This record gives sequence, structure tokens and C-alpha cells, in this order.
Amino acid sequence: MTTETLTAPSNAVAARRRRTFGSDVSASGEPAQWALGGALALGIVLIAGFLLLVFWNGVATFFPKPIVALTLTDGSTIAGPIRRSEEFRVPPNELASLPPPVQALIRDDGGMAERQLIQIGNFDLYNEDFRWVPSYLVAGASRPRDLVLMERLEWGPFVGRVKQVVEDGRPLADGDPLPTGLDAVHRKARDRWQQIRRIERGDIGVVNHDIDGIRLEVRRLELRHGPDHERVVAARRAAEPELARLRTQYDTLAAEARRLRQEDARTTITLADTGGREKSMRLSEITRFVPANDLSLLGALGVYFDRWGEFLADEPREANTEGGVMPAIFGTFVMTLMMVLVVAPFGVLTALYLREYARQGRIVAIVRISVNNLAGVPSIVYGVFGVGFFAYLVGGSIDQWFYAERLPSPTFGTGGILWASLTLALLTVPVVIVATEEALSAVPRSVREGSLACGASKWQTIKYIVLPRALPGIMTGLILAMARGAGEVAPLMLVGVVKLAPELPMDGFFPFIHLERSFMHLGFHIYDVGFQSRNSEAGKPMVFVTTMLLIGLIFVMNLAAIVIRNRLKRKFVGAQF
Amino acid sequence: MNAPTFGPTSYHPTKGERTSLEIKDFNLWYGAAQALFDVAMDVQVGMVTALIGPSGCGKSTLLRSMNRMNDLIDNLRINGAIRLEGDDIYGPAIDVIGLRKRMGMVFQKPNPFPMSIAENVVYPLRVDGVTDRALLEQTVERSLKAAALWDEVKGRLKENALGLSGGQQQRLCIARAVAGDPEVLLMDEPCSALDPIATAKIEELIDELRGNYTIIIVTHNMQQAARVSQNTAFMYLGRLIEYGDTKRMFTNPIEARTQDYITGRFG
Ligand SMILES: Nc1ncnc2c1ncn2[C@@H]1O[C@H](COP(=O)(O)OP(=O)(O)O)[C@@H](O)[C@H]1O
Ligand SMILES: [Mg+2]
Repeated sequence: MTTETLTAPSNAVAARRRRTFGSDVSASGEPAQWALGGALALGIVLIAGFLLLVFWNGVATFFPKPIVALTLTDGSTIAGPIRRSEEFRVPPNELASLPPPVQALIRDDGGMAERQLIQIGNFDLYNEDFRWVPSYLVAGASRPRDLVLMERLEWGPFVGRVKQVVEDGRPLADGDPLPTGLDAVHRKARDRWQQIRRIERGDIGVVNHDIDGIRLEVRRLELRHGPDHERVVAARRAAEPELARLRTQYDTLAAEARRLRQEDARTTITLADTGGREKSMRLSEITRFVPANDLSLLGALGVYFDRWGEFLADEPREANTEGGVMPAIFGTFVMTLMMVLVVAPFGVLTALYLREYARQGRIVAIVRISVNNLAGVPSIVYGVFGVGFFAYLVGGSIDQWFYAERLPSPTFGTGGILWASLTLALLTVPVVIVATEEALSAVPRSVREGSLACGASKWQTIKYIVLPRALPGIMTGLILAMARGAGEVAPLMLVGVVKLAPELPMDGFFPFIHLERSFMHLGFHIYDVGFQSRNSEAGKPMVFVTTMLLIGLIFVMNLAAIVIRNRLKRKFVGAQF
Repeated sequence: MNAPTFGPTSYHPTKGERTSLEIKDFNLWYGAAQALFDVAMDVQVGMVTALIGPSGCGKSTLLRSMNRMNDLIDNLRINGAIRLEGDDIYGPAIDVIGLRKRMGMVFQKPNPFPMSIAENVVYPLRVDGVTDRALLEQTVERSLKAAALWDEVKGRLKENALGLSGGQQQRLCIARAVAGDPEVLLMDEPCSALDPIATAKIEELIDELRGNYTIIIVTHNMQQAARVSQNTAFMYLGRLIEYGDTKRMFTNPIEARTQDYITGRFG
């Protein structure tokens, strides 16, 4: 009995002890820790996987792939690089048409078979760029050395053999796999083509621009004085000789271009595909010969970097699926930079007023909440606002006042890079305001008081002490804003981004920077190439490359901003003690 | 014996040449809470006046009322008057920025600005728009010498002030406070964040600055008050209890509460 009464409490003590010091998992917080860590790890894996996918595809795209020639069971041949392969379920009617042993094999595999996507090219001959070839239709495969992939200005690539190259009426001697001396002849043809383009787009463009300028000048006078005013008549008469001179110049240039084109037409190439069909064209229409099966590693790398060069520095061709993205890089960069230049002073001044000058009361609290909520408004809404307010209202008024002579075609009264930058600035300004306010409130009261006690005014204190101290924080806000702005696409589609911009927003014509122009953007480019083009399969690699480029561009811009910020940080917040 | 001129306190400071700061029936409220009650004292020119008293008794509040640092606080209300050489600090005609230029202030925690040592020192001149290089350089040297910091930093005036040690930072703040050549130096527990060696240096410095400046120093440390000041004011619960010659107050205080405080019975 006594033992029982003694043991009972000691049991209770033991139990209590076990509960308090034992391994009660939920009390120690370990599961929560694991869950949080797991969530973090999952997030990191997802992001890393995404980046890896984009980069792997992006980096590999321009590397020349071997050209495979396939002989099919029906005796025909097709050739081209293999894009990818996959398992597929053979449709029943097709299965029925196959020879019984093949049917049995497929049945053994549960109705599945393998197929490969071949980039057969030669769209002008067959009306398709790609073809799926099931493995059971393939009788034989080889990689003939003389098969060449030729990138062309039109119709996409051609896969086949070079039959003959004729320079100025004289055929080149055969070579292996390409005719001897083709390189030099090709380069000459391409140079000539570049020259034609320079004349037609550059020199003739300048003449057109000048003629247009004169016409607009007269029109401006007409609008001011009426069409029959003496000054208008005088201006018209005064413009005559200049116009005549420009027209002569135009004719000379056009004649030169025509002569070059005729010359260009005399250097031709005849190609034959594996099926034996032939096709002749001007040599200058081919941008690049890739004898993929006959390339050393060095040669392959040469093609690889040459393609990169074209991609980064050239204008797009073929509905953006070929050529380069230079205008889009440029547009993205300029637009983002302009956005930052607008959003930085606007956001910082707003935050300064809210935090340092406004009386902290209900109104300021409401403003603050509104600003925070602005960050949550869907971006397309900003696009609608941008096109309605900036383009139509503000831009329309600007056109009425300053560009009346160009109406009805709008100058500022439509989407353009300026309106796009302003719209994005509006979209990102909450981020900057919030970050700046936070940075300002983090400046210790003691240094502010120190400054005031020295006889500095409030503005001097802000200028000399508070702003420099807050600058790193403000920069962080700008970096966030930049990252968001550079990646935004939806609102831009309404306020100035186009699929193909005829001109860059910067060029050699006065005033050199043309803020009213529409522009190209990498984000929109991705959407357009990947999902809007005639041939989404051809655009697919470009999607990855362009995505990689966009990520890279944002990364570089952020890196630059971060470097600047850290410099400032070191300068203004040195080590304590 | 000096009879109290006003207020209900025991009042017999050692008189200097004249009165620098004259505080008259000064009351102060933070919102509804009154922090100062009918404070009245004459701060003597060229002397060091110590403000002592337990935590929260209103020493900082009184000090910050003298250069209107309290203006930054919302819902602050005062009545009574403080005069600097006869100018009413809270009068309608006063220019607060000009007033602050006549008074240097040193804070409890060193608060150097995130800029170079030299820029820190000449900050009061910079905000005055002084650009004369010779004058700026001369001010840097004079002020740093006055703050007994010159020998330690003369080789690295262009370096960031935040790289200095705590004691050096505080002396830099003193240099900054005297750079604008003020009449009065206000110091709010300038040594509380410093080690004993740095504290000794600052005390020595205060002793040297005496005469050129009228110094008012808030301190928690009774020995410090005894060492550096000529007059001491004892505050308690927002009231000035006793104001008098330091030596006499520490040996022979009149008020019982002063006696209790300096003998360590509370505080
Ligand atoms: N900014 C303020 N707002 C409201 N009350 C304050 C403020 N500053 C000080 N007080 C109050 O005023 C009283 C005096 O404070 P203070 O002058 O700092 O005392 P001391 O410096 O003597 O320790 C304290 O009760 C304190 O709580
Ligand atoms: Mg205090």
C-alpha cells in the first residue's frame, strides 16, 4: 500500500518530466522547421529547374545538328536534322495498314511506337517544315557528307545538296561537299545584297525623309494661313527646286539599286533535295551554308557563334522566327531605362513628401493604403489606362497642337515607347514608394537630430543626411521596379509594343530619339514567336533563346544596379566601431 | 546668500559675468502628460552647468527645449519662456535655424554623419553655404584640436567617420558642435556610451572648453558632475529642486531630496 502511494506521484513526476524534456516533436518545432525548409527547397528546385531548362535549350539551339537522311519503307527519302523524338500511340486505322510483324511488335509495346520530328525544310517545295516519322516506317538511315542545311532569307532553311553555283554566267567547279570557291563568291553576293539594302532603306530613306519634311513644312503653313495664302504659294514655289533635286537623287539611287539587283540575279545557285527535286535561286538569298555532317568541332563552333552574332545584332526575318532580335533587345533596354528615369524621381519625391513632410494623419494613411493596393492592380488595367490617357488623351492633344500637319496619321496619339515607359512607371511606382518610405524611416532619428542641431534646415537635413543614408534602400526599390517593369508584357501590348517595328526609337534623323515610335520588346517577342507565328515548331527554339536573353538582360541590369547600390552602401554605412 | 529670484526652489548658483540662458517658469507637456513644472534657472555664461536627477525626471526634455529640438515632437505644448542672451527662444520673431546655430549639441549616442571626418566637422559651415576652402580647412583643424582629436585623425581626414572608435566619434561630434562657433554647448549624457578612458578624455575636454563656451551637461554620474561643473541643478519629477554651486551642493545640499539623491538613497 505504501509503495503504491509512493509510486503514484513519482510516476506522475516521471510523466511530467517525459513531457517536458522528452522528444515531443511538435513542441520542439522541428516539423515546422522541416516543412519550411522543404518548401524553400521545393521552390529553389523549381526555379533552378526552370532556369536549367531555359538555358539548356537556349544554349544548344544554335549548335549545328547532324543532318540525317532516312529511307522510308515506301522507298522515298527525306532528310533533315532531328528536332526531337517521342513515344506515341499508333492510331488504329494506321496500325491496321501495317504489315503483320510490325503490328505484332507494336502490340507487344502496348500500342506505342517511337517517332522522330525531322526538320525537312524546303517549305517552298512541300509546304511543311517539319514531319513526324514513325520508326516503323524507316528502312535505313545515314548521314551523307554532302547534305547541307542552307539558311535562306525566305521560305526557311533548305536541306539538300548544292548542284551548281553560277557566278556571272560561269559555273563554279565542283568541290566536296560544296563547290570550290563558294565561300568567296557567297560573301561577294551577300555584300552586294547588303549594299542594295543600304541604298533602298538607308539612302533612299533619307531622301524620302527630306521630301516628307518639305511637304510637312508646306502643310504646316497651309494649316496656319489657309491653302491659298501668298506665303503658302511662295513656300510651295521655293520648295520646287529642292524637291526636283531630291527627286533626281531618288531616281539615281533607284537606278543604282536596280543595276545591283540585275547584277545580283546573275549569280545563282541550284539546289536539289534528297527526293531529286531542284530549286534555283539567287545566291544572295542564302544567308548561311551549314554542311553539318562535314563540320569539324571548330567549324561547328564557328557556325554556332556566327548564328549568335546574327541573333544579337540583326533584325528579324520570316515573321520573327529567323534572323535576330536586336530591335527587341534595344527596345526592352531603352524602355526599361526610360521607365527607371521616370519612376525614380517620381516615386522618391512622393515618398519623401509622404514620410517627411505630410502630417501623419488619416489622409496620409489612406494614401499609403491606396499606394499599396495599386501594386495589386492587374497590369493589363494599366495598359488600358495608358492607351486611354497617355496615348489618346495626352498624345492626341500633343498631335493637335504640335503635329497638326501630320494628321490624320498620329504621331504621339498612338502607342509608343514614351507612353509605354510612362505606363510601366505608373505600374512600378508603388514599389518604389514603399521601398523609399521604408528606407527613409530606417534612417536613425539620432543623425537627423544631429544635423538639425547643427543649424541645418529640414531640406538640408534630407539632402545631406537622410537621402544619402536611404539611397541603398531606394536603389533596392528601383531594382525591384526594374525587374518587374522589364518583364511586363501585357500592358505594353496596348501602348506601343509591336510585332515588327519598322524603325528603332533612335536613329540618325533629327531629333535622334523618337519617343513617339512603337518598338519591339523581348517579352512580346517570346509570345509572338512562340504562339502567334505560322510555324510554332520553327519558333520554338527561338522562344528558349529569347527567354534566355530576356532573363540575361534583366539579370545584367539588376546586377549593374546592385553593384551601384553596394558601392553606395559601403560609402554611407561604414562599419560601426 | 543668494535668495531664489523665482520659483519654489532653493536657488543659489555661483554667478558668472552674466546670464547666458534664462529659463522662466517653464512648463512642458507631451500631449496630456506634463514633463516640466515651473522650471526656472539662470545659466551662467562661460561656466559648466550640470543637470542631474533620476531617470525620466526631465533633464533631456529641458535640454532639448533650449535649442528647440522638441519641435520635432507632435502634440508638444509649452508655456513660460527661455531666453538666450535676452532673445526669447519661443518668441514669434525667433529664427529656429539661426538659434540652433548659436548652440552646439552633443547627444547621448555618438551620431557622426556617414561622410568623411573633415566633412563631419565642417557640416555646420556647409549648411551655411561656406565654400571657402581655406576657412573650411582652418575650421577642421581648430575644431578637431578643440575636441582633442586632431592628433589622432589628422592623417585621415578624408576617411569615413564611421570608422572611428566610439570615443573618437563622440569627440568628433563635439568638434562638430563647436565648429560653428556657438555660444552654448548642450551635452546630453555625452559619456554614457563610452568606456572610462574615453570618458576621462571628454571630461578633460569639457574643462578646457569652459570659459569659451557656456556648457550645459546632463549626466547620470554624480562624480562627473562634481568634477566638471561649477553649478549643478538637481531635477526631480519634472521640477527643479535645487540649483547651486556644485561644490556646496555636493557637500551641503539644502533640500532633503537632493541629499537623498546624491547619497544614493534613490535614483
Ligand atoms: N517624445 C516624448 N513623448 C512623450 N513623452 C516623453 C517623450 N520624451 C520624454 N518623455 C517623457 O518625459 C519625461 C522626461 O523624460 P526625459 O526628459 O527623457 O528624462 P531624463 O532625460 O531625465 O531621463 C519622461 O517621463 C518621459 O517618459
Ligand atoms: Mg535623458
